Amino acid sequence: MVDLVNVLEWVFALLQMALFVVAAPLFTAWIKRVKCWLQNRRSPPLSQPYRDLRRLFSKQVLLAHTASPLFRTAPYLVFGTTVIAAAVVPLIALELPTARIADAIVLVGLFGLGRFFLALAGLDVGTTFGGMGASREMTVGALAEPAMLMVIFALAMGAASTNLSTVIHSMLAQGLALRPSLLFAFLALLLVGIAETGRVPVDNPATHLELTMIHEAMILEYTGRQLALMEWAAQLKLMIYGVLVCNLFFPWGIAQTLDPASLLIAGGLLSVKLIILGAVLAVAEGLVAKMRFFKVPVFLAVAFTLALVGMLSFVMLESAS
Amino acid sequence: MNRYLELQLVEQAIITLAAMILVTSFALLGQSRVVATIRTFAWQGWLLALTTALVAWDIGHPHLYLSAFLTAILKGVLIPWLLTRQARQLGILRAVDSIVRPGITLLIAGALVVFCYGVALPIGQLVEGVTRDVVAISLANVMLGMFMLVIRRTAVTQVVGFMAMENGIFFAAVAATQGMPMVVELGVAFDVLVAVVLFGVIFFHIRDSIESLDVDALNRLSEVEK
Repeated sequence: MVDLVNVLEWVFALLQMALFVVAAPLFTAWIKRVKCWLQNRRSPPLSQPYRDLRRLFSKQVLLAHTASPLFRTAPYLVFGTTVIAAAVVPLIALELPTARIADAIVLVGLFGLGRFFLALAGLDVGTTFGGMGASREMTVGALAEPAMLMVIFALAMGAASTNLSTVIHSMLAQGLALRPSLLFAFLALLLVGIAETGRVPVDNPATHLELTMIHEAMILEYTGRQLALMEWAAQLKLMIYGVLVCNLFFPWGIAQTLDPASLLIAGGLLSVKLIILGAVLAVAEGLVAKMRFFKVPVFLAVAFTLALVGMLSFVMLESAS
Repeated sequence: MNRYLELQLVEQAIITLAAMILVTSFALLGQSRVVATIRTFAWQGWLLALTTALVAWDIGHPHLYLSAFLTAILKGVLIPWLLTRQARQLGILRAVDSIVRPGITLLIAGALVVFCYGVALPIGQLVEGVTRDVVAISLANVMLGMFMLVIRRTAVTQVVGFMAMENGIFFAAVAATQGMPMVVELGVAFDVLVAVVLFGVIFFHIRDSIESLDVDALNRLSEVEK
């Protein structure tokens, strides 16, 4: 009996991971749709990213003469690490076995591993754009990672655990409270998420022609299914950050047991939260211009400072027993 | 942690606002443009006034409302307006007072906050009520204001640092002893106002004598170099 429950949990965890991966392009399409509305344009249908992926998967793969085996394996490694990261993040249910295998620090490590191979692949072919993109990606990553870890520490001190499920549990248990550490960690996570997923003030996901691009510059040499995997991994990363923001700071409604009713409620509420978050992100992107690359360290220093003050204010103001 | 969650919403709001004042102190350290520095200082004044008003409501001391009102008028409106006007007359409103080594500055500022926490821990034990933990924050504001005085190079931003320090002292008074006596508070308020006017006169004198507001130029003897 115990084994059966265990097997069910694993099956459900894998299903949740699959849902995560499948829903990711939809989230990107939703943000694009809101942006189109704001710019008075007709938006592509919500199924457009899926069509793009299908088209890319059916196309022939062309490789540069200088491409090494690393270039060919990198898309699978990048996609693989991102999928494992997605498995670690609780989507609609807590306390699944996949959430117990890794904590938030490993999550940051998985992103780091994916970024490492992405940058290597950018450098591998030896084009100027790839090298430039890789250099920029590592600059942004080196500054975003400490800020992200600070956010995690600020949250983990409140919950006395770095496990995402436990953090969400303690957040649910405390009810409604105005906590400065949470406020600053939330703002810092938003800034880090924007930088890490290459959204507008840091990178522009919609351009192929600018000298300032970061992510697009690295994957410029990819074609066919390899390009599809790279794009899908980027969409999945955006979705992971969206779900992290929703579930860590507004976890109400997430399923704590595995019965169908609470799962349905959790799924519905999470969709509403992601729709709101996507709309807010699209509006914010409409309001700001892309900043110069040399301003990005300042942007990330703000995120780091906010997370630092969040952690300090937890120790100074909230931890007294 | 548990004690924090048992506080009322007003008290949680006071503590959150106190933390936001600390953020504005960090922001003051990081702003490079003169106009942005003055604007951040105005924000700090408004937050301080709001915190004082909430403390007044929470502990039922009506004279603190007057302090909050004075703070909002003086530090939220009048002093920023005066400083902006002086900076415009000097033609340095949009000038950049760049921060030397921002990373190390940030780390030193963080270390100062930790130091203040350690120093204020025994003081906090003597304080009754919700503002017990806020004493450390107010002390950190004083230290960060002083640090700003040390690292800034133009006279206008140094004055803003001085005013931020005064904000910290006022905040400490509100947090530790529920405000100063009314006479003292009125006296300090007008002193600060007079100080800003005098600083304005001194700005023009500095510029007339060294043709710059960069106080680093005061380190050199002009006759020797000529």
